[in-house]
Amino acid sequence: MSLVIDIASGLCLLIGTIFCLVGAIGLLRMPDFFTRVHAASVLETLGADFILLGLMLQAGWSLVTVKLLMIGLLIFFASPTASHALARAAMVRGVMPLLARPGAPSSKP
Amino acid sequence: MVGLYAFWLLLSGMYTPFLLAAGAGCSLAIYLLARRMRLLDREGYPLHLLGKALFSYWPWLGGEILKSAWDVSRRIVDPRLPISPTLVEFTPTQRTDLGLVIHANSITLTPGTITVEVEPGRFLVHALTAEGAAGLAGSEMDRRCSELEGQS
Repeated sequence: MSLVIDIASGLCLLIGTIFCLVGAIGLLRMPDFFTRVHAASVLETLGADFILLGLMLQAGWSLVTVKLLMIGLLIFFASPTASHALARAAMVRGVMPLLARPGAPSSKP
Repeated sequence: MVGLYAFWLLLSGMYTPFLLAAGAGCSLAIYLLARRMRLLDREGYPLHLLGKALFSYWPWLGGEILKSAWDVSRRIVDPRLPISPTLVEFTPTQRTDLGLVIHANSITLTPGTITVEVEPGRFLVHALTAEGAAGLAGSEMDRRCSELEGQS
């Protein structure tokens, strides 16, 4: 049974790290500020959640799990607020987003 | 007050009489301060929404996050980087501030869309793709947020 949990937890950690890696690559590849925030949002949702899930499986039923759950909730509430504040601050300061031409196919602008 | 004390107990994990008493004292003091500052109201702590949010809205939102995160990840690793950044303005149907906040945060939490400006009756959203932007107005999320808000 503990083997099954170990495998599941390892799998979650692996998936989490892969999503974090993808998010980091996205941060580097995206062309402007706003699209980079999109890449970071992959990182903070799926990446963080899968890593937390993997750690919870490792911790089992204990206080550590409860604490990890609280961290998850904190990220869940705080990260969209922070992203919104970032995007709005950039907009107010006059950072203009790079936009695709209307009607253009979904490709690199 | 009870919530705060439970929070203390869960975080500390050490149950000596001194720490238990200190926890009770701190929770009581914070509760009194918060009440004096009028921080505790239905908007700041929408506990009346918790049951429905926990069992109906959050699982659905989790599914949406999973889908769109997968989509954004695929676009990131695609060598052509197939994105079409779009700014879109639309009118959400929520009436209360709380409903608007839930909707705006849900949009931002979903990878690929960020709420840039929020006013009653107007959301300005930056989307990574034109398809993502087109699906925002009158969306399933909009409907579900209004439903969640409606019972408050």
